[in-house]
Amino acid sequence: MPQITYRKAINDALAEEIIRDENVVIIGEEVARYNGAYKVTEGLWERFGDKRVVDAPISEAGFIGMGVGASMLGIRPVMELMFWSFAYVAWDQIINNAGQVRYMSGGLINCPIVIRGPANGGTNVGATHSHTPENFIANTPGLKVVCPATAYDAKGLMKAAIRDNDPVCVMENTLLYGETWEVPDEEYVIPLGVADIKREGTDISFIAHGRAVITALKAAEILAAEHGIQAEVLDLRSIRPLDEEAILKTVAKTHRVVLVDENKPFCGVSAQIAAMIQEQAFDDLDAPVQRVCSLDAPAIYSPALEKIQLPTPDRVVYKALQIL
Amino acid sequence: MISVTEEEVAIDPVDYAQAKINKSLSSKDKIGLLREMLRIRRFEQVSLKFYNQGVMGGFLHLYIGQEAVAVGTISLMGDNDHVITAYRDHGHALAVGMGMNECMAELLGKATGCSRGKGGSMHYFAPDKNYWGGHGIVGGQTPLGLGLAYALKYKGLKGCCFCYMGDGAVNQGAYHESLNIAALWKLPVVYVIENNKYSMGTTIDRSSAMRNCLAERADGYGIVWDIANGEDLYEVRAKAHNALERAHKHSLPTVLEIDTYRYYGHSVADANAKKYRSPDEIERYKAHHDPLRLWQKRLVDEGVMTVEEIEKLDESIKDEANAAAQFALDSEFPAPETIFEDVYWEVDNNTEAGSTGRHFFGD
Ligand SMILES: Cc1ncc(C[n+]2csc(CCOP(=O)(O)OP(=O)(O)O)c2C)c(N)n1
Ligand SMILES: [Mg+2]
Repeated sequence: MPQITYRKAINDALAEEIIRDENVVIIGEEVARYNGAYKVTEGLWERFGDKRVVDAPISEAGFIGMGVGASMLGIRPVMELMFWSFAYVAWDQIINNAGQVRYMSGGLINCPIVIRGPANGGTNVGATHSHTPENFIANTPGLKVVCPATAYDAKGLMKAAIRDNDPVCVMENTLLYGETWEVPDEEYVIPLGVADIKREGTDISFIAHGRAVITALKAAEILAAEHGIQAEVLDLRSIRPLDEEAILKTVAKTHRVVLVDENKPFCGVSAQIAAMIQEQAFDDLDAPVQRVCSLDAPAIYSPALEKIQLPTPDRVVYKALQIL
Repeated sequence: MISVTEEEVAIDPVDYAQAKINKSLSSKDKIGLLREMLRIRRFEQVSLKFYNQGVMGGFLHLYIGQEAVAVGTISLMGDNDHVITAYRDHGHALAVGMGMNECMAELLGKATGCSRGKGGSMHYFAPDKNYWGGHGIVGGQTPLGLGLAYALKYKGLKGCCFCYMGDGAVNQGAYHESLNIAALWKLPVVYVIENNKYSMGTTIDRSSAMRNCLAERADGYGIVWDIANGEDLYEVRAKAHNALERAHKHSLPTVLEIDTYRYYGHSVADANAKKYRSPDEIERYKAHHDPLRLWQKRLVDEGVMTVEEIEKLDESIKDEANAAAQFALDSEFPAPETIFEDVYWEVDNNTEAGSTGRHFFGD
């Protein structure tokens, strides 16, 4: 199977969907001639031209809102946010308009928009550029949110997001763009709401999404090598809709859980997962559910401290050993 | 659209050296202006070296080429005048008198940095010098600048806020909302649009709809606007002074668009820096429109400094920059526990409010 980068996988998904559906249009800052700030849209403008790949001014509220409006009339805009951190200037359009229009119209209007871009810390750019708002989005019924951890998932989920008739937020990761994974040449789509076991194990479950999955996998290797413990790693992939069944299944199998989450702990995604596990799988648990989140402060710039602010494999191992 | 051509530069109908605010400059003042511009350039050249060596990472947006804008405008500031800008903030920071040491250390994320290693290149702050940042989100500083002006007026102080922004930032809604409030409530803010002709890789004609220039949009709000040539320190000072007076005397806003140019990419990480504009264009600006060269030439022509004296001054500033580099390298990274400092005032100051209820959450 060919090995391609996470970036290329998304690029391929976008190209395939542009070809498949004449209503798919890519809009965002520097997405066309510049090839994308992180080169995710590289070559698309050259291939598909001005109508399908469009450079926008630095007016997120304006162009995201425009995408919402256009989607109401059947366009399938795929809007790039250079960083998800910049979504906050367009928050009203995302939360109030994309998120509520279907409900408030009594189901008369739907909004098949995709909003995508990187949402991660760890790149030495400070608090304003390091937000991970998947929990905010997931807190808004009406919106969907996915956080792919691999190239394979990024491609399959992106295609599902574009075909979905509801607004879907795709949160990527600049630290993963250059990483490679096996991705088949044949077309595939990964449905939203289906988690994936990234590593089988019997002793403890690590549940994560986005880059935290990679952190969890590293921790699992350490536990296996140094402690002979087999951790299972469940990648949520999609936060809302959420694959509760997969979560309950792994809990029933291992009886111990560490949630790994690059969100801040307060009302982070893992807080919801923890609540759900104790509610629905209390009797399966042999120990309290543990969490490893980003340290609870704005993202620090200093590279030395930024490294420890995000979840690390060591912190996951430490938490795991406490309940084993 | 404003793009400087050779012809336009050659025709200079007004000699801004004769403006009152410039005629009052002593030789010492003029040398001081050169010193400030050189400090910015030499500081940033060292920071660029750090970046290329991998000593620092993240984003580094260089101001080189635009020095006369920050230095010219900030040289007019009095005690109650304030500054706020975007992420291309080193120039304004040094111009208000921030030390190279704390600025360089901040780039490296050291505890001795101006923001204790918490903000980085885009987020410098020095409220003691009326310098309110350093803001990473495009246009995010424009309502804050309005707020500084509001506070001045509220307190009955005769001052103003210089709020800097790029030619791309004019398309953020927050800026337009700010213009309306500034005009409606007569607030002493000066929006300085540093038009370096590009927002990342996008030329202004591809990002902004306008009749003749970006500042002219102010007409719609009844705000006085002007354009200045940013390569000429005298012109920048003369026009910014008019705006400052309007703020001080009448508590009225101004939009001042200053034509300028950045020599480097959008940030040092800009892979396309030489693709969306021609190397010729960059060379032309460096050769014919460089604010430092032009100011040095003026000082020599006016008999204020000799070439040798300029070189000597430059050497001393290079020494200052190199010493700052060493200071930054020698400084320590902040201690891990400082991650949780500076989040809440009440907690840092150990008040009752700060110890009532839980403020921080572990995993
Ligand atoms: C709201 C928001 N959108 C996008 C960005 C990414 N971004 C940072 S600077 C920039 C270009 C700004 O250009 P301009 O205003 O002309 O300022 P210059 O960089 O030329 O100084 C962009 C798109 C951002 N920081 N904030
Ligand atoms: Mg610009």
